[in-house]
Amino acid sequence: MEQNPYIPIKMRLAKNLVETEDRNINTFTLEFLNKEDEENFKYMPGQFAELSAFGYGEAPFGIATSPTEPGVLKFSVAKVGCVSNALHLMEEGTMVGVRGPMGNYYPLEEFKGKNLVIIGGGFAFTTLRSLAVYMLDEKHRGDYGDITVIYGARNPGLLLYKDELAEWENNPNINLVTTIDRPAEGWTKHVGFIPSITEQIAPSSVDTYAVVCGPPAMIKFTLPVLEKLNFPPERIYTSLEMRMKCGLGICGRCNIGTEYVCKDGPVFSMAQLKELPNEY
Amino acid sequence: MKISKEKFGQSFDALTADYQIIAPIADVNGVNYQVVKNFSEVKQDYLNSKLPPKSFLFPQHEKLLSYKKEGKDVIVKNELKVGKTVLFGIRPCDAKGMLLLDKVFKNDAYTDPYYFERRDNTVVIGVACNKIAPTCFCSSMGISPSSSEGSDIFLIDLGDSYQVEAVTEKGKAIAASLVELVELTTEEQAQVDTIKNAQTTSKVDVATITSKLGTMFNHAYWDTLQEKCIGCNACSFSCPTCHCFDISEEVRKNEGTRVRTWDGCMSPLFTLHGSGHNPRNKHEARWRQRMMHKFNYFVQNNGDIACVGCGRCIKSCPVNLDIRQAIDGVNKAELVVE
Ligand SMILES: Cc1cc2nc3c(=O)[nH]c(=O)nc-3n(C[C@H](O)[C@H](O)[C@H](O)COP(=O)(O)OP(=O)(O)OC[C@H]3O[C@@H](n4cnc5c(N)ncnc54)[C@H](O)[C@@H]3O)c2cc1C
Ligand code: SF4
Ligand code: SF4
Ligand code: FES
Repeated sequence: MEQNPYIPIKMRLAKNLVETEDRNINTFTLEFLNKEDEENFKYMPGQFAELSAFGYGEAPFGIATSPTEPGVLKFSVAKVGCVSNALHLMEEGTMVGVRGPMGNYYPLEEFKGKNLVIIGGGFAFTTLRSLAVYMLDEKHRGDYGDITVIYGARNPGLLLYKDELAEWENNPNINLVTTIDRPAEGWTKHVGFIPSITEQIAPSSVDTYAVVCGPPAMIKFTLPVLEKLNFPPERIYTSLEMRMKCGLGICGRCNIGTEYVCKDGPVFSMAQLKELPNEY
Repeated sequence: MKISKEKFGQSFDALTADYQIIAPIADVNGVNYQVVKNFSEVKQDYLNSKLPPKSFLFPQHEKLLSYKKEGKDVIVKNELKVGKTVLFGIRPCDAKGMLLLDKVFKNDAYTDPYYFERRDNTVVIGVACNKIAPTCFCSSMGISPSSSEGSDIFLIDLGDSYQVEAVTEKGKAIAASLVELVELTTEEQAQVDTIKNAQTTSKVDVATITSKLGTMFNHAYWDTLQEKCIGCNACSFSCPTCHCFDISEEVRKNEGTRVRTWDGCMSPLFTLHGSGHNPRNKHEARWRQRMMHKFNYFVQNNGDIACVGCGRCIKSCPVNLDIRQAIDGVNKAELVVE
């Protein structure tokens, strides 16, 4: 019989890093215990995994690392409930259960030869980081045109991956735009909500794909801006979130119409979403 | 071919050596499927069991794994254990229900090992319905009180004997162990024909429901339909085709088990996000989901309506919400052009 998809592999929590100033989001670095587990865990940017805090349960989280970063998986997790709190309190060295990779991923084949505008709001930036890191990797950079990242948070302290953002600022291979909602001391970059900053920057839609990920309100207000910039719905991608349990398209919890977000998603194009009932 | 009930009983009792046999028995709660050791315990004439026999393939509560924490380490153990089983006395609606569940527990990417280990190790012995309840409407769902679809062996009760039909290869193997199969008499053949021609008196029209529902996502009908519903999920739990589940943990000190339990879309918590956002935060959205899933989404995804007309949800609903009326309502709902 093939491998039981309900049994997690064990990974060691190598690092439990407080990511944001409000201490509400931590990034967990999980180490594979052996080569076999790592080889079986073939993933692509946009996919997610079910993390187990044994004794508390399981919950789905986007994979923040890119397959170009071997040996580990990273997850940035907001403290909202049972599993996420247990993970936050976990000591380094503890075993965490991982089931995955799950779901589909960003259509990187389709993106080839095109420019990319990556737009992220709040902590939904995790799988967008995976996407950017993947495309920036020297093996892949030549496959894509200009890469623009527009990333916003309520205040500077809530931005994820600050060291990496600092690096991207000076990286000629990527055009990074960060913004915060309201002015803050010491902040010299953009101020304003993502939709208006996107409008202001006005990335060209010629030969360009947009990937948008963030809270529903942010997505809702960013889409009309992209449409105004002439991005057709087939070239806008987003990632949806639904309450999930099995992650396998079996438990019946995460459907939108005929689609199961855990299996047929979480990545959908806006053209696909227009065909689905508005129930997410 | 037929076999006398006496001889059948002997074969049945002999099967208990190799199989766990699940059959309907009568108790204070009505008729229920349970493990039986002896053919004499089996309830022969009954309309339908209170709960469907799906629970023997997909238990209401089952262990997926167990674990033990040792310091920072954890030992994880697979809890999948399955024995050979015979499901006896399964009604045609429930047998068809299992065929529908098969389509859920295996998709293009995954096979559910807990369900399919049981499924592959189970033989279904179906029995035609000689009596039909007023809440039964399987005839409208492409099934009939005597359809053998989904059974491995199919029996028709002739009083002192059964007519025996081996439907599948699995069924033939068991049928071969039945001794003294003899020909039917002319009268018995006539009796068989009568039973085979019977239909449910209650009928619903599902000819166009799938396409009609496809246009009804934003229809005001859902608002009226749900008015009485209290969201108890009794309809989903008693349905042979409902299959949604929850996964949770039962913990004691450093040891625990991860279990899955039946869940249903009529509960408001079913889709509540960690953020507090709930895509189906109203009864009307949940009743719409129930109807859409059974009569539209499932048809689009799997080619069949996910209702077998067993009528259990009608009997178990505490506020008498009747799925037949819901179907009629959809048929009658005026189309709103958007
Ligand atoms: C594909 C996918 C990717 C995801 N990626 C990430 C990610 O990268 N990072 C991340 O942090 N999250 C991510 N999530 C969300 C994450 O799965 C949920 O936050 C997670 O399930 C929380 O699990 P938990 O056990 O901690 O919470 P639970 O204990 O399940 O808490 C959530 C439940 O508790 C109650 N509850 C808790 N807090 C509230 C509240 N504020 N308001 C109302 N009810 C509340 C509700 O019943 C709610 O359903 C992702 C989800 C999906 C589907
Ligand atoms: S919806 Fe009702 S009538 Fe149809 S199969 Fe389920 S319980 Fe039976
Ligand atoms: S059994 Fe009746 S009241 Fe309960 S959830 Fe179903 S329709 Fe609603
Ligand atoms: S999480 Fe179980 S079907 Fe999607």
